[in-house]
Amino acid sequence: MDQSLSSDLLPAADEVSFVGTLPEPAEPRSFLDRLFDRGLLIRTGVDGLYGRSGAFESVVEALDRLVSRIGAADGAEVLRFPPGMARASFERSGYLKGFPHLAGTVHSFCGNEADHARLLACLDADEDWTAKQAATDIVLTPAACYPLYPVAAARGRLPEGGLLFDLQSYCFRHEPSLEPTRMQLFRMREYVRMGTPEQVLAFRELWLTRGTTMMSDLGLPLAIDPANDPFFGRAGKMLANNQRAQALKFELNVPVNSEDKPTACLSFNYHQDHFGTTWGIAQADGTTAHTACVGFGLERITLALLRHHGLDLDAWPAEVRARLFG
Amino acid sequence: MVEISDIRDVLKSLESLKGVVDTLSDDDDLFEKGLDSFGSVQLMLALEERFDIEFPDSALGRRSFSTIRIIRDTVAGLRQQEAA
Repeated sequence: MDQSLSSDLLPAADEVSFVGTLPEPAEPRSFLDRLFDRGLLIRTGVDGLYGRSGAFESVVEALDRLVSRIGAADGAEVLRFPPGMARASFERSGYLKGFPHLAGTVHSFCGNEADHARLLACLDADEDWTAKQAATDIVLTPAACYPLYPVAAARGRLPEGGLLFDLQSYCFRHEPSLEPTRMQLFRMREYVRMGTPEQVLAFRELWLTRGTTMMSDLGLPLAIDPANDPFFGRAGKMLANNQRAQALKFELNVPVNSEDKPTACLSFNYHQDHFGTTWGIAQADGTTAHTACVGFGLERITLALLRHHGLDLDAWPAEVRARLFG
Repeated sequence: MVEISDIRDVLKSLESLKGVVDTLSDDDDLFEKGLDSFGSVQLMLALEERFDIEFPDSALGRRSFSTIRIIRDTVAGLRQQEAA
């Protein structure tokens, strides 16, 4: 049953019982509501911004370890950055060309004492208090690999065999949604390969296979589909069409919210020389480096597991539990 | 009437091509000559402004912008449609 789009994708009438103290809901409770009911996610008052329970985190951490095990033999260099990056790097990265609508900048109060008094008065009056908030040198990380490129570029030319990095970070995207799979702050695990076009494409092929095996071993129904990034506006339509026409991005989709619109849990991206050119990353022979990455949406995979195996982790199939927690 | 020379003028406004436009034949692949994805977006916007047209979603791809001749034909077609 787990391999088909099981009844678990339908509103779960049989799970209403655990909210027994509440009145019978007029409509079937959504997957997000059930996650709240169960305490797996915790409301904050903002769509897409949630707390996580210990049980939820135990799955995220198990997935993180699983990805490490699968990639262990490759000897990737592990780097961890906080979920903010230098604004100067962010500006140079080109992110604002494609995704101005998703970016999150960190602003802080930069006024004097009189401004402080006005801020408090505005707060009291329920008026806009942000007049003296100014952009700091920090921008929220939009994808785990964004802080990496300037660091790699600063090291000089790549060695002959290229480089491989292992990253994980909370990432921010401003896209409030009631779909639990579209969080505004979420964790992305990545491997990033830099080198020749052949090296980075071979890396992407390898992870297409590994990622498919990993997810089907977790008992999840999946499909690999060509994809495009959510570029902004009409110009974005063109970028998206180009990305698809060149087969630069694939996603591993699992039905979580619905069968019609499955959720991208992994993505496999070939950037060509985009980041190499942007950051001046050179191969050993001096030509511009190509890059590729595989990204794992740790919360999304967790949610896919909860959707397909149920909200009680102890009741998950033994082989799935063994793979994650064994 | 949209002339090849009009298209070349627009191409000269692009950072990625301005140095090589005069060396291009009408059928050279612009993406092979240095046009990148963001450059093609700038090209699309510049053509829309210059010729007062709007590319339909179906034309928003690499193919429509791949050579000077294809661009000229696409733009001429759109101008005709808008005049009709």
